[in-house]
Parts: sequence; C-alpha cells; structure tokens
Amino acid sequence: MIKKSERPVFLNLFQIRLPIVGIMSIAHRAAGILLFISIPFWLYVLELSLSSVEDFDRAASLIKSLWLLPFYIILLWALIHHLLAGIRYLLLDIDIGIEKPAFRYTAQSVLYATPILVLILLGVML
Amino acid sequence: MSRYASGFKAWLIQRISAVYLAFVSLYGFYYFLFFTPLSYESWTQWVLTTPIMLGILLLLAFLLVHAWVGIRDILIDYISHTGMRLILMSLVGMLIIASGLWGFQILLLAKLSQQA
Repeated sequence: MIKKSERPVFLNLFQIRLPIVGIMSIAHRAAGILLFISIPFWLYVLELSLSSVEDFDRAASLIKSLWLLPFYIILLWALIHHLLAGIRYLLLDIDIGIEKPAFRYTAQSVLYATPILVLILLGVML
Repeated sequence: MSRYASGFKAWLIQRISAVYLAFVSLYGFYYFLFFTPLSYESWTQWVLTTPIMLGILLLLAFLLVHAWVGIRDILIDYISHTGMRLILMSLVGMLIIASGLWGFQILLLAKLSQQA
C-alpha cells in the first residue's frame, strides 16, 4: 500500500540544519517580522511629528534618544538585510544569479554586506 | 478561483509591492541623510505636499499588503496547529487594518489642520 503524502507540510525549525543560503533566507523572514512589529512605533512617531511644534520636538528627541539605540541598530539591520535579500530574490526571479556557485556567493554577500552598511550608516547618522 | 491562481496572485503582489518599497526605502535613506528635516514647518510642508503624501499613503498600503503576504506565508509554514494559526492570522490581520486606518487618519488630520 502506498502511503499518501501528508500535505500540507509543516516545518520544524529546530530540526533543520541550514546551509548559508538558508540562513540568509530565514534571516530575511525574521527581519520581515521585526520590521512588521515596528510599524506601530513609526506610526506613533509620524503622528507626533505632525501634531504640533512641541510634539515635533518630542518626536525628534525620541528618535535621537540613546536608550533606543540598540532597537534602531536591530531595525536598521533588519531593513537593510530585508532590502538586500529582497533585491537578490527579485533578481533570482528574472534568472539573474541563479547558477550554482553564484547564488551561494550572493547569499554570503548579503549576510556580510548588511552589518558593514549598518556600521557605515550609524557612523554617518551619529 | 483555483488555489494556484490565488497563490500566484499573492506571489505577484509581493513582488510588485517589493519593488515600490525598495525604491521608497532608498529614497528615504537619501532624504533623511541629506535633507534631515529640522523644523516642524519644513517637515509638515514636505510631508503634506500632494505627491509626497500620496507616496506615503501608497507606501503604507503596499507595506501592509507586503507584510500580510509575508507573515501569512510564515504562519502557514511554521504554525501547525490550525486554531493557533487562525488566531495569529486574525491578530495580524487586525493589526494590519488598524495600522492602515491609523496612518490614513494621521495624514488626513495633518492635512486638514494645515488647511484650517
């Protein structure tokens, strides 16, 4: 008797050992979730910044406050990783970088370029 | 509509919104690094010009649609318990709709108070 394939398939993250492309891919998902969770915070800042002169100053001091720096570093990493990995996916969709060694190198580049860009941007902004 | 069509639609929406979000992110970096808004007047004036405001509203819509497709994929992949998946999807859906309404309200009220 042939066993019917069980669909849908649910993935257990703790039983999977990922190659570098997989690490980049899962980081793209994690970054997406982080960015999604931060949306209400940015809407709050936008609302404050548009309310009045005093609230604009409060919004400005809020986004400049040092205790939020770790949070910004994580979000900056998330945004840049999601952006670079996303551009890589869009290029894969039109068959650019889809060959065997290339897709590994581009995944590595995304993983390594992101922290470098985060540091550069932090240097410029601080 | 077949499952394939709805899956393909989601896939396509994800890509189209991604392209817009990518360009807006790059423009955002460029604007905030080189034209950092320093006063309430210059900031509101910039935000509330029609092309920028429409661009932000479009950003909000594309961002939320993009987030919905992405989070939905993640929940479908990893949350095997049907009830839990349904609860999480509903929560995310409500958060997305609420965010969209809130963002729309923020811009609309700012625009109205500017004209008053």
